[in-house]
Amino acid sequence: MTVALSGKEIANQILEKFPDSIIESSEKDLVVKSESLLDVATFLKETPGLDFNYLNYITAVDYYDHFEVVYMLSSLEHNHSLVIKTRCYDRENPVLPSVVGLWQGADFQEREIYDLMGIRFEGHPNMKRIFLWEGFQGHPLRKDFM
Amino acid sequence: MALKTEPFVLNLGPVHPSTHGVFRMRATLDGEVVVDIEPVFGYLHRGVEKLAEQRTYTGIIPLTDRLDYISAMNNNFAYCLAVEKLAGIKVPERAEYIRVIMAELQRIAAFLIAVGAFLNDCGAYFTPFLYMFREREKIVDLFEMVSGQRLTYNYMRVGGVSQDVPEEFWPALRKFVDEMPRFIDEYDRLLMQNEILLARAKGVGILTKEQAINASASGPVLRASGVKWDIRKADPYSIYDRFEFDIPTGTVGDCYDRYRVRVEEMRQSLRIIKQAMAQIPSGPVRAEVPHLIRPPVGEAYARIESPKGELGFYLVSDNSIAPYRCHIRPPSLINLTALRDMVRGWKVADLIIIFGSIDITVGEIDR
Repeated sequence: MTVALSGKEIANQILEKFPDSIIESSEKDLVVKSESLLDVATFLKETPGLDFNYLNYITAVDYYDHFEVVYMLSSLEHNHSLVIKTRCYDRENPVLPSVVGLWQGADFQEREIYDLMGIRFEGHPNMKRIFLWEGFQGHPLRKDFM
Repeated sequence: MALKTEPFVLNLGPVHPSTHGVFRMRATLDGEVVVDIEPVFGYLHRGVEKLAEQRTYTGIIPLTDRLDYISAMNNNFAYCLAVEKLAGIKVPERAEYIRVIMAELQRIAAFLIAVGAFLNDCGAYFTPFLYMFREREKIVDLFEMVSGQRLTYNYMRVGGVSQDVPEEFWPALRKFVDEMPRFIDEYDRLLMQNEILLARAKGVGILTKEQAINASASGPVLRASGVKWDIRKADPYSIYDRFEFDIPTGTVGDCYDRYRVRVEEMRQSLRIIKQAMAQIPSGPVRAEVPHLIRPPVGEAYARIESPKGELGFYLVSDNSIAPYRCHIRPPSLINLTALRDMVRGWKVADLIIIFGSIDITVGEIDR
């Protein structure tokens, strides 16, 4: 059985190393400040005992006043998982750091989020639309898309 | 003196038999050698995730049939698990067993297509493919008995399955399960030591363990690279913890390993079906679920081991009759992440085989 690690406990470990990097945490997940996302992700991947070497999925949800981007990480070795989230409040030009450098599996998924939700990932090697054509107006998965 | 060559861009697809649907690749070649490829998606994009936001929870089930349309039962299964997790619905025992039997039958059917199409790509044009279809037909007949459909079954429901299986299903299933191992042996005799298959697939398109994990590969692609990771064992859903079966893995991570893993998994699926047939209790096949399901505010992610890999549904509920957000984790799309690294340096003919060995369905990639 995959053990879903407690977001609270992991948050305490992260806060020791990167104070002020976490907005909130619960048993199910933890919300990271977007500026600290890469630091936290690197910490989660490289800390022995955590070893989150596998990125299950990335997705984004539009909550009108902010976008929430959800990452599910796993360690195939220890068989545990963790959900981390980050938020993006800028609707006009939302930008987040890309995690492709850490997990190659993020490549197409970040492009998909850019295409359908309009969040740009800085540092992605090929940030362009994936399903819709270049020149398509708008981002269909946004709640205000008509 | 070496001849000076210029890179040549070759367009493959979207409409071509080797692209398994409407998939397109832009390959940059140096002579016959692949220098770079760029997959181009979107030819089958129907906006399923957006459509789902306007449908009731039950109304989404037919949409899931059309994702990975050659393993529709598995898609139904993953989606229903996600809604049940979100709404806290308990599924009756008999329904759990029926679901497992259907999911494993569907896995065999999907692998028959995967292996047949892979040999097609190798150049064994349609002979092995039709051998595989002969057996797949029997599975499709079984599905027709229970659901009336032959491709998009729409059979599972939130809280169980739409109806109990008919009486004539059990003898037909028994017959299939008894006969099938002989046919798998036949494929082995025909193909496993086939000179052409060995020459074309052994050592071709190697995906190392580290690459596979880093690129989030899942399913047979991950296992062929030597990672013993099957969600049915690693994170058992439904009642998979009650069955005994092995996880076949490869050693090298080449096209041949991916092919072997799929053939071995068919045998394991048959083992699971036999155990499920022996254990299945009688009783209701569907929990009492209201017509319009209103899960409490929250979110849930449920995943299954589909024939392609980790298929997951991430649902967010705002306590209305439709999900606020329905994200599908598509194993076919994510398994293609490593394609570029796998094909560089190989010839165009190998590109087709390597791509075929990943086994994709475009309906799931583009959604």
